[in-house]
Amino acid sequence: MFYREAGQFKTSYVDDQAIFPIRQDRIGLAVILAIAFIGVPLFGSEFFISAIMVPLLVFSLAAIGLNILTGYTGLLSLGTGGFMGVGAFACYKLTTIFPDVNIIVWILVSGFFASGIGILFGLPSLRIKGFYLAVATLSAQFFLDWAFVRIPWLVNDNTSGAIEVPMRTLFGIPVTGPTAQPEVRYLVVLSVVAFLTLIASNLVHGRIGRSWMAVRDMDLAAELIGIRLYRAKLLAFAVSSYYCGVAGALMVFLWYGSAEPAVFGIDQSFFILFMVIIGGLGSLVGSFFGAALIYGMPIIIKSFVSLFGLQIAPATVEHVTFMTVGGLIVLFLIIEPAGLARLWQIGKQKLRVWPFPY
Amino acid sequence: MNVLYSIFVDPFMQMAQAPDLLVQTLWEGLVGGMLYALIALGFVLIFKASGVFNFAQGIMVVFAALTLVGIYDLLTKWGVPAGVTAAYLALAVSLAVMFGLAVAVERVMLRPLVNQPDIILFMATFGLTYFLIGFGEFVFGGNPKRMIAGELSLPSGAIDFKMAGGFVSLQKIDIAAVLIVSVMVAGLSFFFQRTRIGRALRAVADSHKAALSVGISLEQIWVVVWFAAGVVALATGIMWGARSEVSFSLQIISFKALPVLILGGFTSIPGAIVGGLIIGIGEKLGEFYWGPLLGSGIESWLAYVIALLFLLFRPQGLFGEKIIERI
Amino acid sequence: MNFPVNFKTSMIAGALVAATVATALPAAAQESIYVPLFTYRTGPFSGSGIYIAEGMHDYLEMLNQRDGGIGGVKLAIEECETGYDTKKGLECYEATKNKKPVVINPWSTGITLPLIPRAAVDKVPVLSMAYGLSASAIGDTFPWIFNPPATYWDGASMILSYIGSKAGGLDKLKGKTLGFIYLDAGFGKEPIPLFEQLAKDYGFTLKLYPVAATEMQNQSSQWLNVRRDKPDFMMMYGWGALQPTAVKEAVKINYPMDKFISIWWASEDDAAAGGPASKGFKSLNWHATGDSFPAVQDIKKYVTDKGLTQTDKGHVGKLLYNRGIYNSMLIAEGIRNAQKLSGKKVITGEDMRRGLETLNVSEARLKEIGLGGFAGPLKLSCADHNGHLATFMQEWDGSKWAKIGGDIKPMSDKVSPLLSAAAKEYVDKATGWPKRTEACDKAS
Repeated sequence: MFYREAGQFKTSYVDDQAIFPIRQDRIGLAVILAIAFIGVPLFGSEFFISAIMVPLLVFSLAAIGLNILTGYTGLLSLGTGGFMGVGAFACYKLTTIFPDVNIIVWILVSGFFASGIGILFGLPSLRIKGFYLAVATLSAQFFLDWAFVRIPWLVNDNTSGAIEVPMRTLFGIPVTGPTAQPEVRYLVVLSVVAFLTLIASNLVHGRIGRSWMAVRDMDLAAELIGIRLYRAKLLAFAVSSYYCGVAGALMVFLWYGSAEPAVFGIDQSFFILFMVIIGGLGSLVGSFFGAALIYGMPIIIKSFVSLFGLQIAPATVEHVTFMTVGGLIVLFLIIEPAGLARLWQIGKQKLRVWPFPY
Repeated sequence: MNVLYSIFVDPFMQMAQAPDLLVQTLWEGLVGGMLYALIALGFVLIFKASGVFNFAQGIMVVFAALTLVGIYDLLTKWGVPAGVTAAYLALAVSLAVMFGLAVAVERVMLRPLVNQPDIILFMATFGLTYFLIGFGEFVFGGNPKRMIAGELSLPSGAIDFKMAGGFVSLQKIDIAAVLIVSVMVAGLSFFFQRTRIGRALRAVADSHKAALSVGISLEQIWVVVWFAAGVVALATGIMWGARSEVSFSLQIISFKALPVLILGGFTSIPGAIVGGLIIGIGEKLGEFYWGPLLGSGIESWLAYVIALLFLLFRPQGLFGEKIIERI
Repeated sequence: MNFPVNFKTSMIAGALVAATVATALPAAAQESIYVPLFTYRTGPFSGSGIYIAEGMHDYLEMLNQRDGGIGGVKLAIEECETGYDTKKGLECYEATKNKKPVVINPWSTGITLPLIPRAAVDKVPVLSMAYGLSASAIGDTFPWIFNPPATYWDGASMILSYIGSKAGGLDKLKGKTLGFIYLDAGFGKEPIPLFEQLAKDYGFTLKLYPVAATEMQNQSSQWLNVRRDKPDFMMMYGWGALQPTAVKEAVKINYPMDKFISIWWASEDDAAAGGPASKGFKSLNWHATGDSFPAVQDIKKYVTDKGLTQTDKGHVGKLLYNRGIYNSMLIAEGIRNAQKLSGKKVITGEDMRRGLETLNVSEARLKEIGLGGFAGPLKLSCADHNGHLATFMQEWDGSKWAKIGGDIKPMSDKVSPLLSAAAKEYVDKATGWPKRTEACDKAS
């Protein structure tokens, strides 16, 4: 009834090609952004902001990165954790060498280092695909893990072997370090994620995105219509790693505050892959859904237990959480293999014709 | 010059000077490789018959081993005298549990997901992994447990050979592992190549639809392969558990099977064996003779790099089928 | 594409969580002292984590049952499961923070590091008992972090002085080879600078055998290297599955077990992994094992026998269980001290910090609380948040750990310059690290 596009006429191609051609979508987006930028910092509790929203946004960004590679280009990667690490370590090195440059600049720049490494480890994709490629990217993961631990220069020879995030400010307000307010950190993360999501959206809807999807759907055919495979694939690796790298830098600088190399381990890679697949391959909004589901589900299960005051040992809760998450993953796949994004689309479609479905 | 010397000359000098260590390294590589091959075999079995890249193989190893040890404990608590009888009884029960798992996986997970893209099935095995982690810890607790190797009448101790001024020590359990793996591989190969079910399996691997149309029951085949993978997991769990302990960290070891798979091809049983041996021996030699140049501990990624280099020259693996793509 | 829709869903999810957290609060809002315990009864390291969690919980629960808490105030004990995962640990921290915890025990170096800068801001002391950042022993720099009773550098120096005493004096180490097998992570690598310096000072050769976290159960190459290098002594900084595997491999290559010495994390299960051949395996420790202490008997009487815990009865008195007790004893004594200092019954994190800084667990005091002879006396101060307690060597006799020899003191002259340098370095690198403003109390 409310969600329908009748009466909205497009008079130019530019209008027709807009990211959000439907007015209701634009209004909805504006409302959501308003809630995210104003509502959450004003009314959200500290726990909500720093333990739920910030991680969620960081994971969403990483999931978008992996989605570009796996969802849009069809190249399965298990090296996400490693690429996130490259971003984080690059950002740490940059901000300690040039402390006067604004940290946000460095967070955005650090992604390019991840890109470089991503291209390097993406080279095998020119020869192999599918699960073979997935295993090849695992070599990136394990090699980078090793390098993070073994090269003390990366952490400025800290005895703890960890990144220790220094205090950095933006307009005189601390952004990183312990004195940074959760709201400030949240807003910075949100801005970066929103900005990069917009770019990603433009990328995947444009010529580049279409060439990626052509490669995904059938690489030989893509080659025949004049897409240079190696360029499309390596570009996908570069862009994907860029997003992962920025997500890694955000994670360490604006969420963790200090991180051992172990946080960029293989678990992280799988965690992000879960999000992408559950959220929906080849969908940006799905990346957000997936992150919310995979990261949020255990927290919700845990809080349900305390909500009903159930006397269950925390370890048992954890076991049940694992079982439930595992069960739900299978369940979701059975209900809708194309992911939550597909469910969302179906929902929107239903809404369009509501209350008179045909 | 020094660098070149320590890369190209020094390791070989060491090999010549201490042949006993070289033989020992090769032996450790052989044993490690056989065990990697065993895990890889679990992957291959399922991949061959259902196209599923079974991520849960690692946790199945842990789960099988935990079941074995847990049931053994339970049996002794119920009054079955500790020792060989109880151990083999527990082994039988564990096999039954693995069969139950295979049936459950087929019923609950695979059947509704027939004909989905590979990556979806891959993801479903992630779900299975999560479930089994939670379930395993819920039932058996998170404490590491000792593998009942002695009770299963696996030998312990070592056979030492004198050799060139040193000695080579072969652990009896490792010898047993090599033998058991060889027998299992021979058995499985025979099963796949010569029996009726084996041929049906290969048919399913080629095409679900074609297999169905000639009257092969997909359900039955899947239960069979998942059970076979479960048996392989149990064997792996016993062997690795005896080398270390039975705990959830054992599932990490399953990642080592992945480079083996690349090398051997996802669908080839002999490939898994040869790949396992190349990776096992390669990484041990690399770590032992060249590792110190990089500060040691390169084993965690060396196998992948070996596999990766290999891929550049032979993308389909050693024994993988060459796929001809048509538009 | 409608990208930020996630906010909507996550808002709903978040509102749910926020609501549940809010409703969960009143339970803890009575007159009580909130003590969250970060535990890892799950995950790859649960083998150690379960014992520690049980010991920590049971001691505090025993105080609740026997004495009605501390100073007449019940302790609100809440476990938060981290699974040894930094991500979940931080979530636990955020979840417990606004319930006014008096102290946080992260029980993972990975979780401790991010909490170090936050502790001062949130005014919650962090007790990282014998793990975490060694430099946090310097109380003037890290007023909110406590890592008693000894740092990893102390541990390294004590292992070395023990080896020295076996070799007939530290100067006799000249020309000897010492091997060091360790978890290839911040924790395992920490003592290396000290070892390297001592190697220079005493003229021994140091051989390093790192084990990656993914290779913990696959150590045959490391031990082949040991066979080649033939070190006179082996030292180990391990955790989780690394330790039993190392013991097994050492037995396999016939390494003399009495020359294989571990830092204080080797448990009974780890030592027993090698079977009868692992007899002689050594490990540092600072507290007793066994259940012969009145306080431990009280735990049995008031807690485990009554079924007020999930503890497996066989675990009571095991090494890591008792380590959990020691951790909780420090918390309890800190709270008691803080009550005395502040005159309040329900103390805050700020009071707890003062309480821990003036902590003085003398032998008499240990006896009073039913732990006489359980561990050496520990005294902390504003400057020294560690105590650098002397430890002893224990030997695996095939069925249990047996104390051998007397106290081994850390080489303070070697360790303290390193500690101060590390603390200074930390401050230099973290621009804007606050100067200590917290006042210093006189020990009571």
